[in-house]
Amino acid sequence: MKLFSLSSKKRIKPPKPESESKRQPHQQISLSNDVVDSDKAKTTTTTTTMTSPRKLKSSSSELDLDRPNIEDYLPSGSFHEPRGKLRLRDLLDISPTLTEAAGAIVDDSFTRCFKSNPPEPWNWNIYLFPLWCCGVVFRYFILFPVRVLVLTIGWIIFLSSFIPVHLLLKGHDKLRKKLERCLVELICSFFVASWTGVVKYHGPRPSMRPKQVFVANHTSMIDFIILEQMTAFAVIMQKHPGWVGLLQSTILESVGCIWFNRSESKDREIVAKKLRDHVLGTDNNPLLIFPEGTCVNNHYTVMFKKGAFELGCTVCPVAIKYNKIFVDAFWNSRKQSFTTHLLQLMTSWAVVCDVWYLEPQTLKPGETPIEFAERVRDIISIRAGLKKVPWDGYLKYSRPSPKHRERKQQCFAEYVLQRLEEK
Amino acid sequence: MGNTSSMLTQYDIEEVQVHCNHTFSQQEIVSLYQRFCQLDRSNGGFISADEFLSVPEFAVNPLSQRLLRMLYGLNFKEFVAFLSAFSPRASLHQKIEFIFKVYDSDSNGKVTFNDMLDVLRDLTGHFISEQDREQVLTDVLEEAGYTKDSLIVLADFVKVLGNSDLKLEVEVPVD
Repeated sequence: MKLFSLSSKKRIKPPKPESESKRQPHQQISLSNDVVDSDKAKTTTTTTTMTSPRKLKSSSSELDLDRPNIEDYLPSGSFHEPRGKLRLRDLLDISPTLTEAAGAIVDDSFTRCFKSNPPEPWNWNIYLFPLWCCGVVFRYFILFPVRVLVLTIGWIIFLSSFIPVHLLLKGHDKLRKKLERCLVELICSFFVASWTGVVKYHGPRPSMRPKQVFVANHTSMIDFIILEQMTAFAVIMQKHPGWVGLLQSTILESVGCIWFNRSESKDREIVAKKLRDHVLGTDNNPLLIFPEGTCVNNHYTVMFKKGAFELGCTVCPVAIKYNKIFVDAFWNSRKQSFTTHLLQLMTSWAVVCDVWYLEPQTLKPGETPIEFAERVRDIISIRAGLKKVPWDGYLKYSRPSPKHRERKQQCFAEYVLQRLEEK
Repeated sequence: MGNTSSMLTQYDIEEVQVHCNHTFSQQEIVSLYQRFCQLDRSNGGFISADEFLSVPEFAVNPLSQRLLRMLYGLNFKEFVAFLSAFSPRASLHQKIEFIFKVYDSDSNGKVTFNDMLDVLRDLTGHFISEQDREQVLTDVLEEAGYTKDSLIVLADFVKVLGNSDLKLEVEVPVD
């Protein structure tokens, strides 16, 4: 497909199918990868000679920056090099497409992103098994109650000071904000202590200043707690149901967190506006965004949504890498609730992780927000040792747009028509 | 998921191996089984269309709907047999037979002009007009010595595709 992938550079737009026009605006927020594009265009000089196929129904070309060029990453089987006239064999041989399909059935990068990898069991022989049993008894019957106690004490301290501060200091906004910030940091420290969090922070601590936004890779909601215990970030999060939702709307609201509902497209504009306002305020807590928009298993990074990168602020990347020796910190929200996830963490030996505050980045001249997002994703992926995949994490909730299939069809159509002209 | 692989006994694996003519090694079958269980989220013993389409790389494939019809309700043994054509150990004949089956939608052993047109439609979508598509197909068929009305059988496929460098191979990841 070497030859045809260049067509994504020209990005000829096919007539819009029904579903396309009805698409929700949020799906448009995604990256494309023009760097790869231009590279490919260089290597495929032959294509410049391509005569425009005779009856291509599509026409208006347009650089469609908002959509990911998935096919740049996808395994691309080639429809042979064009040589000579089109023959029956060329039409009947559908092996490249079949190979791609079978390849996706056997293994695919998207499913891998959300696969929780259970730790290797080590209790497999008669000597280790009793040891493991002792461990279980210790973890569940000593460690766990102690941690519950610690957490309860934390909550008591937190609530008994937060409520008075929140209600009584109405007039002294500055002091109240400062105290609330400290208290949120405190309760987060208690949370981290409740899983014996062993967190190593590398790099300078974030400071409060306007026009900067922090972005981090996302593995679990505990990312937020771990970062929050050092600095009271204001975070953009999905609105959760249950007790987490209650915390969101009461306590976290006070540090300036912003909530959205994934399914509501109207929310998007409101959130975008809130974002812009928040960033400009001098007195606001630093903003933290998880641009992946969903939890990934800490081996991969999915596409970064461009929202955080078009605010015109300095972007400070934060890389978080969990060590899985004791517990897998990936929160598979489809399989377990946050409470079960927390219990799992609280009954393990420890949560070990590294946090890197990386060099702040700014938009380079001539760079699109999407390229910028990709650059930052590179930085984070390299630091945390994560593999990059081209998928939008929201594909967990929806099917890929028909556009990607159409692009493949277009490639083949161009190929057929081009071969037809050769004698 | 998880430790389900341990549920496959040596005997099971051998049975599957016989069923797919030893095109996959034991390790590959274990690996495929893990994948099968991973995709079969509802634990129904087969992978539903919806579960297949949850793999974006599969969902964007132009032939996905056609393949889904072939994959419908396959249990693990049949699933492996389906994939066996993609093994490096499968013969060229097996591979061509697989492609033939993809074309032969009513599986009566004969591929009609319309069958070929359907596949071509899947592959090119609305980027070639219906008349052009028919014209192109008629032309190449005539050039190869067939007509619009010929019924093409497997032997013809072997003749047409037999000496081309068919690349129908997928590597099963084994850890």
